[in-house]
Amino acid sequence: MTDQLEAFRAETRQWLEANCPPAMRQPVRTEDDACWGGRRATFSCPEQRQWLEVMAERGWTVPDWPKEYGGGGLSRDEARILRQEMAALGCRLPLSSFGIWMLGPALLKFGTHEQKLEHLPRIARGEIRWCQGYSEPNAGSDLASLATRAEDQGDHFLVNGQKIWTSYADKADWIFCLVRTNPADKHNGITFVLFDMESEGVSTRPILLISGYSPFCETFFDNVKVPKANVVGEINRGWDVAKYLLGHEREMIAGMGGRSSTPVSKVAMAAIGADAQGRLDDPVLRARIALFELKAQAFGAMSERFTDMFKAGTAHPAQPSMMKYYGTELNKARHELLMAAGGAEALEWESEATRGGTPARDWLRTKANSIEGGTSEVQLNIIAKRILALPGA
Amino acid sequence: MALYLTEEQQMLADTARPFMAEAAPVAHLRALRDGNDPAGFSRDLWKQFAEMGFTGVLVPEGDGGLGLGHVEAGIVLEEMGRNLSPSPFLATSVGAVGALADASAEARGRWLPGIIAGETVAALALEEGARHRPERVALAATRSGNGYKLTGAKRFVVHGHVADLVIVSARTAGGADDAEGITLFAVPGNSKGLSAHAERLADSSIAARLEFDGVEVDGSAVIGTLDQGMASLGRVLGGVRTGAAAEMLGVASGAADMTLGYLKERKQFGQLIGSFQALQHRAAHLYSELEVARAAVLKAQQLLDEGPDKAARADRAASVAKGMVGLAAVLAVQEGVQMHGGMGMTDAYDIGLYMKRQRVLAELFGDADYHADRLARLSGY
Repeated sequence: MTDQLEAFRAETRQWLEANCPPAMRQPVRTEDDACWGGRRATFSCPEQRQWLEVMAERGWTVPDWPKEYGGGGLSRDEARILRQEMAALGCRLPLSSFGIWMLGPALLKFGTHEQKLEHLPRIARGEIRWCQGYSEPNAGSDLASLATRAEDQGDHFLVNGQKIWTSYADKADWIFCLVRTNPADKHNGITFVLFDMESEGVSTRPILLISGYSPFCETFFDNVKVPKANVVGEINRGWDVAKYLLGHEREMIAGMGGRSSTPVSKVAMAAIGADAQGRLDDPVLRARIALFELKAQAFGAMSERFTDMFKAGTAHPAQPSMMKYYGTELNKARHELLMAAGGAEALEWESEATRGGTPARDWLRTKANSIEGGTSEVQLNIIAKRILALPGA
Repeated sequence: MALYLTEEQQMLADTARPFMAEAAPVAHLRALRDGNDPAGFSRDLWKQFAEMGFTGVLVPEGDGGLGLGHVEAGIVLEEMGRNLSPSPFLATSVGAVGALADASAEARGRWLPGIIAGETVAALALEEGARHRPERVALAATRSGNGYKLTGAKRFVVHGHVADLVIVSARTAGGADDAEGITLFAVPGNSKGLSAHAERLADSSIAARLEFDGVEVDGSAVIGTLDQGMASLGRVLGGVRTGAAAEMLGVASGAADMTLGYLKERKQFGQLIGSFQALQHRAAHLYSELEVARAAVLKAQQLLDEGPDKAARADRAASVAKGMVGLAAVLAVQEGVQMHGGMGMTDAYDIGLYMKRQRVLAELFGDADYHADRLARLSGY
């Protein structure tokens, strides 16, 4: 068993060394460095496309999905080894995708065989880019109060309403969307549907954020026809799918803390320098960074433990809420320290030195981490109710 | 290795929990305290630890112990923490046993059987100042015949006043702040010239100031390599920091459970106070901190158990664990006292005892500030 895994590790390393272009082994620095695929895919360089294609060919954009759906069919241990070897070589993710992180797991669990065959291989190859239609102007933290209507027209639904905070809706090809099919039942009146963003009646409008970026859109539906074959799970039982998927989203956001791996202390040392004893020449900031990094390392162990327990099926079902809460708060703290370390230079909004204001824009972007996918306060409510069993929560 | 307890470890936990709750609950601590017990712990309980196999948990099977690891030792420590059970377990079965791993066969043969049998109690004499500073060693060991003569003083030696064996760091070369030139010794507690001044601490445990007035030991008392004691000391500290973290995690868990229970029974304004969102969010935040602390502790324990290959990582992980639990546990006891309201200030309620024990364990072998600073130094900033 161990021998087999070690052989797999050696093969994997060899293959990655032979097939991962050097340009794809550089740290991710800007938004363009991430590859999102889709019908209107843009590649920042030919290597980005090549890297996506060779990995997709092998099923390694989704290493642990079944082969028949475009995955690599790897065991848990093999997938872990692949991740480790990719990290060791500094390989970038070949494909960033809400299809992989969010919809895929839900389809694998709730989708029909036909739905899986239709959508999963296209997700794996990066052919279709997905967006998530959940939040509405009046359904944020109280998501289940969503009002986008889907009228039953026999073989299809007619969808009318508005979504908000739809990530990259203006760039997405398809949407997975929560719609109201029974106004009389809050939780059991929601249906999970899939449809093409090119359908007649769909329009999007980007929202300019404090970071100067527009990753989110308002999305409008005006008599959009959605075939009933595109319902995932049962009609009026979409909340089950949504909750399952939210768990994945929370894990994904919680994991963001570890995405950019340069320690704050390194950034601070480069910006501020050392004193005569070789310590960061700003003692109070040094202390703040030291306490932060202590917590960040502890959370690294927590992420490992959560992943292990999740896979063993022993994690508390509400534990992703804790991971999401802690990971996002930590990520915000990290960017506050990065801004302090960068000082006046980190404030530059457009300069070449900051690659177009990356530190400040990233800092502002992280403020959304504890809002999107359920606010920190909602996560604390969930922990209090479901884990601590506190009354009336 | 997966970062959760194995089935065997879970079985040990299932045994240790009812044992400790039965044999050494908080009432046991209160009885020792109220009776002004001169030792500060029960020798009978130490014997029971031996019968359970706990005393030799880290002693290799070849030396008559269980040959288990820091995860298992931590299970015992966590239950001690949860019940505030006073015991020489950490200093003896983790600290001294860890030090003796580098000692002569003669010293091992002399001390290990008594430790395993629950007859020998050991203490760690590593501190000379008020704050943890293991490299700062002024206590001098000078050559004397075939052995050494020790002169100086140590502080904060937990139950050092009744120890049969004292593991002491001494300077055999270099200046007071040098990491080089330190040597560890295994000194019998009844040595001539060794005297102890017992001091009761805030948590009613007893720590001693030890005076070494020309204490003579022979060559077999040297642990590890002469002048290179930081290597052994570093390993010992990795073990006891992780151990203290595990015990403090137990204290914090006990305090959090008690507080959660109170939130579910205390009524004000006609409703359970646990239904107030202000308190729910604080309880949920505390839960999160404790979960993170628990992961950090288990990570350090596993790395320690993976042997010399992982020594450097284990050493850092021990600082992460001790520091993180320090941060989480102080929150647990502060929230505990606050949420118990006036009751939290009374001696009759246990929550205050948890606060006091946490404070002592936080200081022992370095608090969160110390370990954050240490990790920063190790990371080159």
